Amino acid sequence: MISAIAFYLFALMTVFAAIMVITAKNPVHSVLFLILAFFNAAGLFVLLGAEFVAMILVIVYVGAVAVLFLFVVMMLDISFSELRQGALQYVPIGLVVGGILLAELIFIFVGWHIAPSAMDNRITPMDQTVQNTEALGRVLYTDYIFAFQVSGLILLVAMIGAIVLTHRRRPGVRRQKIADQNARRPQDVLDIQKVTPGKGI
Amino acid sequence: MLELWNVYGLPLAFMLLHIGAIVGAVLLAVAYYTYAERKVLGAMQRRQGPMTVGPFGLLQPIADGIKLLSKETIIPSQANRAVFVLAPMMLFTLALVAWAVIPIDYKLVLADINVGILYLFAISSMGVYGIIMAGWASNSKYAFLGAMRSSSQMVSYEVSMGLVIVTVLLCTGSLNLTEIIMADRPAWVQVMLFPMLIVFLVSILAECNRAPFDLPEGESEITGGFMVEYSSMTFALFFLGEYANMILMSAMTVVLFLGGWLPPFGIEALAVVPGFVWFVLKTFLIMFFFLWARATFPRYRYDQLMRLGWKIFLPFTLIWVLVVAGSLIAFDALPE
Repeated sequence: MISAIAFYLFALMTVFAAIMVITAKNPVHSVLFLILAFFNAAGLFVLLGAEFVAMILVIVYVGAVAVLFLFVVMMLDISFSELRQGALQYVPIGLVVGGILLAELIFIFVGWHIAPSAMDNRITPMDQTVQNTEALGRVLYTDYIFAFQVSGLILLVAMIGAIVLTHRRRPGVRRQKIADQNARRPQDVLDIQKVTPGKGI
Repeated sequence: MLELWNVYGLPLAFMLLHIGAIVGAVLLAVAYYTYAERKVLGAMQRRQGPMTVGPFGLLQPIADGIKLLSKETIIPSQANRAVFVLAPMMLFTLALVAWAVIPIDYKLVLADINVGILYLFAISSMGVYGIIMAGWASNSKYAFLGAMRSSSQMVSYEVSMGLVIVTVLLCTGSLNLTEIIMADRPAWVQVMLFPMLIVFLVSILAECNRAPFDLPEGESEITGGFMVEYSSMTFALFFLGEYANMILMSAMTVVLFLGGWLPPFGIEALAVVPGFVWFVLKTFLIMFFFLWARATFPRYRYDQLMRLGWKIFLPFTLIWVLVVAGSLIAFDALPE
């Protein structure tokens, strides 16, 4: 009973926050509601028994990605009311994408419901005896280590590519070079002279 | 009805009592931590610290609390009211909820969840929102600058903190805090973890915005930082949250590195002292380190802070994770 109450609480809050993300007038409020939606989604994961995924969702999305969103929204002076002018023309596309996702979910769940043996066709069935942290670790780092490493490499290439494309070297910028500063020795830069009184150097 | 009481009511009552005890203890600790801070700083600077209110100034924190409560709450007219009021509440709540998973003694923990360390990390990574929200909602230059500084600092140092936690997890083989403490660590593993302890101690200073990394509230440059517009109770919540966070981070260090409630150096004879006493004493040690660092080091410059985080700690911790993992495999010491 408790878990049902918790489920409805989290689910309602997720839907409410998601609606507020697209309807809030202030973009910063939108991002804050997005964070609330992430957080409630993490609560739903906990209810599913996937506590590792829930914590990672909070650490990665709430703790890092959404902070960047918030930074960008706060720093850029975006007029969202102007952006929203033509937003209605994208509604059909959104409905199509949402409809496809919903149809896929319905296929999967109805398939499982009608033919429970379909569950056995999964490539990596979950080992019910271990904790989900260990189960995920086995799948990602033991069974599919190469695929996992390749996806990591692709992300690395994308990251380096983004840096190379956007980085520009500005001439004439003076930077502090700590190694150079530490390497300075008095004999290189100081010249001690005896100055006799009454004469210049 | 009786059944309902036995199944839900009784456990709920126990849980509420437990929560009340934890919150009460943390709040008391926060109050006297401020007193300890003033006394320790005083001793290090050859002054006496608070002496007037009560014997040895022991009632000073209570007097301060009453003073803060009786002041007027000012909300700037240009501020975003809802977010402005929400921010300190959020920071304070987050600083308290994290205590749910801290094991003070064997089995003396509110929620013994099997991803405890991730929960702690998640909660501490959310702390940044209270600060950004405060800075943005105040609608003031200084508050915003302070919030920007603070959030970028916290995000930067979280990376190396995460890697430090990964190293400890490699040596213990569990995400559960009780099992992390109980894990059997050979002496050479302890020695290999020592550099990570140093990195972690510096990172928690930065994570809590404490001196020498207290740029977010650098008085000389940006007056009070993100909390410059706050007064009275809202300010008190920030203050309490900040100190509760420091105590939390100290407890986290004790759990990860100093063996929690176990007697120090594995001396069995010291086990006659109850475990929670050791836990509290070890936490006090790290809390003292916070004050000691504040009295000793001058404030960092902002680019130095970022350089330390990204160019020194991140590469070092990355390499050290590999070194520790490699030696654990080489000496066949990986936990089950």
